[in-house]
Amino acid sequence: MSTIRLPDTDEIVTYRAPEEPVPVAPEPAVSAVSAGAAGAARAARAADPGHDTVRAGEPAPPGPFGGGTGAHVPHRTGQRSVRLRSRNPDDFPIPTGQEEEWRFTPLRLLRGLLAGPEPDGKVSVDVVAPAEVMVTTVGTGDPAVGRALVPLDRLSALGLARSPRATLVRIPAEAQLDEPVTIVVHAAGGTAYGHLVIEAGAFSGATVVLDHTGTGTLTDNVEIVLGDSAQLSVVSLQDWDDDTIHVSAHAARVGRDARLRHVVVTLGGALVRLSPTVSFAGNGGDVNLLGLFFTDHGQHHEHRLLVEHDARSCRSRVTYKGALQGKGAHSVWIGDVVIGKNAVGTDTYEINRNLILGDGARADSVPNLEIETGEVVGAGHASATGRFDDEALFYLMARGIPPEEARRLVVRGFFADVLGGIEVPALRERVLAAVEEKLAEVSA
Amino acid sequence: MATLEIRRLHVQVEDKEILRGVDLAVGSGETHAIMGPNGSGKSTLAYSIAGHPKYTVTEGEILLDGQDVLAMSVDARARAGLFLAMQYPVEVPGVSMSNFLRTSATAIRGEAPKLRIWVKEVREAMACLDIDPSLAERNLNEGFSGGEKKRHEILQMSLLKPKIAILDETDSGLDVDALRVVSDGINRARVTTDVGTLLITHYTRILRYVQPDYVHVMAGGRIVDEGGPELASRLEEEGYDRYAKGVAA
Repeated sequence: MSTIRLPDTDEIVTYRAPEEPVPVAPEPAVSAVSAGAAGAARAARAADPGHDTVRAGEPAPPGPFGGGTGAHVPHRTGQRSVRLRSRNPDDFPIPTGQEEEWRFTPLRLLRGLLAGPEPDGKVSVDVVAPAEVMVTTVGTGDPAVGRALVPLDRLSALGLARSPRATLVRIPAEAQLDEPVTIVVHAAGGTAYGHLVIEAGAFSGATVVLDHTGTGTLTDNVEIVLGDSAQLSVVSLQDWDDDTIHVSAHAARVGRDARLRHVVVTLGGALVRLSPTVSFAGNGGDVNLLGLFFTDHGQHHEHRLLVEHDARSCRSRVTYKGALQGKGAHSVWIGDVVIGKNAVGTDTYEINRNLILGDGARADSVPNLEIETGEVVGAGHASATGRFDDEALFYLMARGIPPEEARRLVVRGFFADVLGGIEVPALRERVLAAVEEKLAEVSA
Repeated sequence: MATLEIRRLHVQVEDKEILRGVDLAVGSGETHAIMGPNGSGKSTLAYSIAGHPKYTVTEGEILLDGQDVLAMSVDARARAGLFLAMQYPVEVPGVSMSNFLRTSATAIRGEAPKLRIWVKEVREAMACLDIDPSLAERNLNEGFSGGEKKRHEILQMSLLKPKIAILDETDSGLDVDALRVVSDGINRARVTTDVGTLLITHYTRILRYVQPDYVHVMAGGRIVDEGGPELASRLEEEGYDRYAKGVAA
């Protein structure tokens, strides 16, 4: 047994607001841990110009929706908060793998997706919802599409351009759903594109479960639109077969005083690249972004988060927890938080923790915070990747608990706060069972 | 009646020999104090009995009622009736203390304790040790003060009812009040469960509250002196100097 302990490799960086409301440029924190011979934390690219942040005196980055759909700003590599957004795939050059947003993704596994192949696959989308929910299908040119999303990368733009239609799930204003809305997306081979819009009307309360299963190559976009004071929970479960490729953008637009809980659970697939983004349409919004991934032998799980605080007194929490095991298991977590100069009273904290259960796995974790106003309530982030804590295992075993059960206890404990965010009991049990099944493989 | 026998025990840590032939026998109901200066091998002895993977036994044997302890896994040793109260209990995030206690009791007893009886049992044991009931819902050892951790170790001992308990510097870092509470807990376990106790300590302080039957002095990886409680009193006055000289030679 190794004696490397989780806390020893902790890298916690917290930024606090300065006294004076001046723009600050915090150093980016990058941590990567590669389990294996060394198994120790390896700081990388700390001086990477790609991680530069907003400097004093530069113009504020344009908001994503100021220019309407198709808003287009020049690509500037030195500044993350200035991003290219476009519905036109051709505005995004085909990546080479050197780009900041592509450098972690194994492009060769994308099966030529970047060229935008014609769809030839079968994907079924089945929505089970209480009677008051309106479910319709519209073209992607419909005004209901594009309110939360302007694509941030080529695949997202291709997904929008190639998707034949959009599924629209509308929770009417003031509706309080007793039962969750379940959207089952099942892939049955081939290449497919999809688009989904989840709209929670003002003062509504609902839970929506997105359940992905099957095999295939899927590029899709999910828009999540919250009206004022809406309370919405979205759980997206990526329970794919082992050979599936799934590239997806989730774009949430949060209304005034609305509250969103967004839970991502990624267990399956050969490659899953999921990019949740949040922007605020009004003041007082509150988002809690939770993520759980269990990345096995040969899997690539990449989660790229972007929270743009562009309104006052909004709160965001990001908590992503990953377990990794097996040769070639690779997880990537990017956590970008941008606090614009008008976002006075922002309260944000993001954390990614990864637990490496066996040799040969690699976790990359890049938190990044850009602050343009000093008048924030709190702004911080943390990232920590460590080996399974053998001292904890010893402690539990010294109390008579067999090693498999001790391991289960520790991993359940590790995921507890994210699992607690899944409020549908049957779904939570299913995720837990899947986690324990994966865990049993490593113990075997 | 249970007996833990340690014979000619040699233990290495990373190729360095720490224990150089330890012989010791602890029976039910007996309390043995192991004393000695820092680095004498006291904690190594404790962890070797419990089976920590860092410690390699190169020679000798450990027997519990004649059974080969060294052949057992860490959890099997605990189920056979050995208990180690750790000097630095490990924090386990996300695992509540109540969940941990019940999982552990289920493993040791071979069946899940009946819930209603269990809740009462835990509540009483916590009250005896002056432990705030809200601690049960907190994550195991996470954010516990030093004193809370030590009380929690003794709580586990009183619930798991081992045949032989090894208490590794349970007294260190405790204020007088906490020391008294913890000592009372140890004494209660001795009376109610007839546990054999191996009390490892650097200081004589705890021995004023927990009366040992035997005192063993360790230095340089061996037991260099043995006696009754009077030996502890002498150590309190003289310290370990005279043993240190013997080791250096």
